[in-house]
Amino acid sequence: MTESTAAALAGHTFATGLSRQHIDRLAAHATAIEIPAGQRIFAEGQLAARFWLVISGRVALDLQIPGRGRLIVETLGPGDELGLSWLGPIRQWQFGAVAQLPVTALEFQSAAVEALCDYDHELGYKLTRRLLATAVSRLQAARIRILDLYAVPVRSAGGP
Amino acid sequence: MTMSQVPVSYRVSERQDETHDTVTLTLEPAGAPLESSKPGQFMMLYAFGVGEVPVSVSGPPGAAGLTHTIRAVGAVSRALCSAAPGQAVGVRGPFGTSWHESDAFGQDLLVIGGGIGLAPLRPAVLAALREPGRYRHITVLIGARSPAELVFAAEYERWRDSGATVEVTVDRADAGWHGHVSVVTQLVGPSGLDPRRTLALICGPEVMMRLTAQTLLAAGMTASQIRVSLERNMQCGVGECGHCQFGPLLLCRDGPVVSYHAAAPLLSIREL
Amino acid sequence: MSADSESRGPAWLLPASGLARLHDSLREAGYQVIGPRVVNGAIVLRELSSADELPFGWGVTLAPGGYRLRRRADHAAFAHSAGPGSWKQFLHPPREQLWSAHRTPDGGYSADSAAASDAKLAFIGVRPCDLRAIQIQDQVLGAPTHPDSTYASRRSSVFIVAVNCTEPGETCFCTSMGTGPRAGRGYDLLLTELTGPGDHTFVVEAGSAAGEATLAGLDLRPADPGAMRRAQASVSEAAGKMGRTMHADGLRDLLARSHDAARWEDVASRCLTCGNCTMACPTCFCTTVEDVTDLSGDHAERWQSWASCFDLDFSYVHSGPVRSSGESRYRQWLTHKLGTWHDQFGSSGCVGCGRCIVWCPVGIDITEEVAALQAELGGPEAGE
Repeated sequence: MTESTAAALAGHTFATGLSRQHIDRLAAHATAIEIPAGQRIFAEGQLAARFWLVISGRVALDLQIPGRGRLIVETLGPGDELGLSWLGPIRQWQFGAVAQLPVTALEFQSAAVEALCDYDHELGYKLTRRLLATAVSRLQAARIRILDLYAVPVRSAGGP
Repeated sequence: MTMSQVPVSYRVSERQDETHDTVTLTLEPAGAPLESSKPGQFMMLYAFGVGEVPVSVSGPPGAAGLTHTIRAVGAVSRALCSAAPGQAVGVRGPFGTSWHESDAFGQDLLVIGGGIGLAPLRPAVLAALREPGRYRHITVLIGARSPAELVFAAEYERWRDSGATVEVTVDRADAGWHGHVSVVTQLVGPSGLDPRRTLALICGPEVMMRLTAQTLLAAGMTASQIRVSLERNMQCGVGECGHCQFGPLLLCRDGPVVSYHAAAPLLSIREL
Repeated sequence: MSADSESRGPAWLLPASGLARLHDSLREAGYQVIGPRVVNGAIVLRELSSADELPFGWGVTLAPGGYRLRRRADHAAFAHSAGPGSWKQFLHPPREQLWSAHRTPDGGYSADSAAASDAKLAFIGVRPCDLRAIQIQDQVLGAPTHPDSTYASRRSSVFIVAVNCTEPGETCFCTSMGTGPRAGRGYDLLLTELTGPGDHTFVVEAGSAAGEATLAGLDLRPADPGAMRRAQASVSEAAGKMGRTMHADGLRDLLARSHDAARWEDVASRCLTCGNCTMACPTCFCTTVEDVTDLSGDHAERWQSWASCFDLDFSYVHSGPVRSSGESRYRQWLTHKLGTWHDQFGSSGCVGCGRCIVWCPVGIDITEEVAALQAELGGPEAGE
């Protein structure tokens, strides 16, 4: 099992550039899982103590808004990291996550990984850089969507 | 003025609502037709007595009629969008440069459209899908504001059946949407891009094109493998009125389709 | 006409009184003759009913934002620099109808190009800078790209009497731009004005077959070597008497990397974005169109009029203007005129006539702005 999870981890974008030793150490805390379509992976407000590296399928991050129903905030797919709230000041899921398509992923217990990082600072540094890069690209994507680029522009005077 | 400045009379033969504010019109010439357009070129469409706007051709190349997909954003485009079958529309053109999608023969063709920006790309997609065997892969990545604002949505399945990979993403969705919710640039990573053997054609809001091109460059493509379709105030269509100045380019003449190699340094200049 | 290149055929001498015959013979040949005239305190270009209307004895005093007529000591007709108007007002009119259309009973419409005037125009007193300006507009609007245009048809029948410049003004810099003071090709007749005590004659050279043919009816005698020397000397001296200079070498490259220069903000703090410079410039060609209907809505017309890149609406797309700041609009004008014009039309768009300096209400001087940019950005001319 460890060997195949190590191989799966080594093949994931998130682990690009990690040494064999680091991959093995990290893989020791990974569980390969399959999530059927439609199954909720986590819900808003629950304790955020896990994260996942998505290998295949699609996950929808969602939120319930009274009167508007369930809104999908973003979808994640192969190569993406799922679950950032365990890094936040409040370790609760901010959004929920549902498998939109059948998902295969590597699941990690965040406490175990944090302990590993405390033990191996170099791995901790490399992991933090990767998580930060994930957060930055998520933030940038969110900002781009705030721009509402495809909306009809608000018009000033004149023009055709 | 030139003869090319007098609009030629066409008639609406078909209209198709794409979204709440976007309509696809098919126009048939009332008399002698204009020269046929190449993918990426635009026409000046005249609503009688109201005015004229540039609109890209969105129909298949070589068709007898003209197809345009128009979004109602101003007085002229609103008048055009409300045109009923039989109504006269004036047309001048075709103007400008084309995508030259066939430059990707033997390579991957990557088409990335944002919002109404998919309209000028559709002729290139349709042309490529007539001879899909001449390309390694044809990939179409589509971004829109919401599922209801996707243009040509009824066709994506047909494009897939003809051999294209089509991925669609939206900025906002409700529970009824089972596709991607993301920025269109986030579709590039999983698309299996081969940066050395791809020609990318991008059209959408200018910021979307810039961000998409940057994503492709980061993935290893070069600027000369990327083409974008730019928009400025276009009036005459023949490089005489000066409104579409964009640095060294007159976009109605040297554009709208421009290599990102030429466009990138210009797009970074504020208020150019 | 005037398609031939500069010919150095025989030169002739024409007494000043012979201008009347030249004018009349052009009218007899069916030309509407246009030349400089004093109107309302300025020398403007108008149809002439007689050569007597030429501004004999008038000169001008020019300054940034300043233009005054002055009496000359001699009777020179063409020693007055560029005025507020230029020949583009005849070749590329400020406002013209492009077409009209009416609805047809079947719900369609029928459109016709506006009838082009078939008037043949003769221009008398075209200065070398302005001769070059006409050729620059030809590149944009004329035969090479749009052989069917009304510009091209109007242009093809123009007869040009150019005049070498012997007295540049305080704001002139044609020498810097390589457009004068000696006329390049493209004229039908070329005059060089000679004035002296008790003498007022013109050296006349033909530059085309049409020009040659016009000589036949004139009171000419072969130009003697002395007159030729005087003519050449006065034009050569003029080259050294320019009130302004511009270091034009390398400007295209310099301006291509000028977009963030601090000077733009400086000039924008003075510029009123009134667009006078673009209206007075003999090469500025931009236009805008207006679609109009009558009250019934069944008759529509399209009119074209001069536009200026200083107008806020000039760069309008969807939600607003691309160039909303005055800084970006001044930068657009100058970088286009002296830089990207090369990319688009194969030459500079500036002929050094100085009109934009004179007719700027706040006296912005293009040569000073260019020198400041060169000093700021460095380059071959920096520090000079």
